[in-house]
Amino acid sequence: MGMLVNLRDWIDARFPLTKMWEEHLSKYYAPKNFNFWYFFGSLALLVLVIQIVSGIFLTMNFKPSADDAFASVEYIMRDVNWGWLIRYIHSTGASAFFIVVYLHMFRGLLYGSYKGPRELIWIFGMMIYLALMAEAFFGYLLPWGQMSYWGAQVIISLFGAIPVIGDDLSLWIRGDYVISDITLNRFFALHVIAVPLVLIALVVVHILALHEVGSNNPDGVEIKKNKDENGIPLDGIPFHPYYSVKDIVGVVVFLMFFSVVVFFVPEGGGYFLEKPNFEPANSLKTPAHIAPVWYFTPYYAMLRAVTIDIGPLTAKFLGVIVMGAAVVILFFLPWLDKSPVKSIRYRGPIYKTMLTLFVVAFFMLGWLGTQAPTDTKTMMAQIGTVVYFAFFLGMPFYTRIDKTKPVPDRVTG
Amino acid sequence: MKKQLFAILLLVSPALALASGGEVHLDKAQIDPTNQESLQRGARTFVNYCLSCHSAKYQRYNRMARDLGIPEDVVIDNLMFTGEKIGDTMEIAMKPADGAQYFGAAPPDLTLVARVRGVDWLYTYLRTFYLDDTRPFGVNNMVFDKVGMPHVLWELQGWQKPVYETVTDHEGHEHQKLVGVELVKQGKLTPAEYDRTVRDLVNFLAYMGEPVKLERQALGVKVLLFLFVLFIITYLLKKEYWKDIH
Repeated sequence: MGMLVNLRDWIDARFPLTKMWEEHLSKYYAPKNFNFWYFFGSLALLVLVIQIVSGIFLTMNFKPSADDAFASVEYIMRDVNWGWLIRYIHSTGASAFFIVVYLHMFRGLLYGSYKGPRELIWIFGMMIYLALMAEAFFGYLLPWGQMSYWGAQVIISLFGAIPVIGDDLSLWIRGDYVISDITLNRFFALHVIAVPLVLIALVVVHILALHEVGSNNPDGVEIKKNKDENGIPLDGIPFHPYYSVKDIVGVVVFLMFFSVVVFFVPEGGGYFLEKPNFEPANSLKTPAHIAPVWYFTPYYAMLRAVTIDIGPLTAKFLGVIVMGAAVVILFFLPWLDKSPVKSIRYRGPIYKTMLTLFVVAFFMLGWLGTQAPTDTKTMMAQIGTVVYFAFFLGMPFYTRIDKTKPVPDRVTG
Repeated sequence: MKKQLFAILLLVSPALALASGGEVHLDKAQIDPTNQESLQRGARTFVNYCLSCHSAKYQRYNRMARDLGIPEDVVIDNLMFTGEKIGDTMEIAMKPADGAQYFGAAPPDLTLVARVRGVDWLYTYLRTFYLDDTRPFGVNNMVFDKVGMPHVLWELQGWQKPVYETVTDHEGHEHQKLVGVELVKQGKLTPAEYDRTVRDLVNFLAYMGEPVKLERQALGVKVLLFLFVLFIITYLLKKEYWKDIH
């Protein structure tokens, strides 16, 4: 025991080990009233680790070339010991990442976690979300199946809709006139090195910013306003051991859901691994129906919802603008929300209604994005798009007039 | 309660989107991946009828031998014809370019065909070739219109003719709609025997699409049991720590 203490002191004299442990875990005071929705932050971190570790093992046998990529994935699935498990973990992890992150973001909407003084946490989080979308997009090309190829084709062609620079820009992204071996190679580099580095850095600043301000909670009460004589928040409990042991329970439950997919429905009903992706990429054969993976489909539906040209601007370009705006507008959320309260518990009926409509619209758009367009479906997508934007653009107005309830001084449990 | 409902809605949402139907009616293949005899018969049909134009270039002979419970020497003597080694994958001699010339398009590799098309589609496809003089090989198919493939299994099934029905579309035009097929000349097998042969073949194709499937499911049960025990332990640990928090 004495030797370990000496070792710790030796390190502490040279590196802030104990200091960091205390700041971020054993003396980081989190509100004691976290509920179900507060599991998804630590779960997102878990999925990041799962993706990095399974990804490292996949790269050991994956060959990033147009001739070999598809075959090397099948080699991993058949000939590499436990390769099938690693691959299914990674492919399921991609979808799990988005499920967890969407729930984590929804938690922010429920309890106003983005509101001051946590605006930067939200901004960093949104940057993580953007990086995650890029990571997923680059990664999806790598198996070099039909959907990899044509999905990437569709998304890159969106850049071609930008006036003047569009064609050169998409040529620059592909590195070739069509998606080719060159595109696959650079996407591999971006997927395994560039974006993961950015992701990890962003996750670090996201957590640092969180630990500087302290966590929000389901009541939206600042626990730092009520401290005891030692300066410890009265409604706070040390993250470790309380939330470390609680989050482990969340991890186990999450792993149960995760394992059900990995071991029993790895294709996720054709949503996690799409059927056409079991066919090698063929530049001469366009699949009958191209849909992006489910986590992009709400935005894809918004892109297709725009059907009119305005002057020289084509419908496709305007669709790209709408799609981009749908993501960008999330960054401004902290300043759009003028409500005096944070949590849904003390908000009025207007916000609750708008949030419900927003969720319904987001699910509807997600479903529509997987479907071939028809007149009715395009109209539904247009309605969904209007609701999506109305939630954000109307916020400065409806949050001001909404009838809020008084917020208590202390958390209510 | 409302919150839990929300959570459940979010978790099951991908399943809600599954309710989308195909256009052509598909018969249920009803394969049994645990039935090794069915898989063995399917493998025999596959190497005899499919594996000269179609490859299965990700499937190794010895993996098949092991998974299907066939001794390797039996595989070498009965299922391998062109001097491959037991550890080789199921390649064919025909070059894709030649195949494209013979059939209009190179016959696709079949290792993963069951994962692309689904077993019901394959089961229906292989049973619904019908006579059609307008096609190069004299046959067309109910689920794959203008198919480039000849009816390779004709000696087993025999020949079928199309059955049409006159239907009126919503604009009032009458036209012929293909509604089924009818056997006009029986092959070596009765219809029931032929269905079984195709079912075995589809079973084998499904196996080949994912050889590890049974192992995966068996492992999954153990993993879930382990996680369940771990859940109880971690939950009790959490409760113990949290009993002094009010």
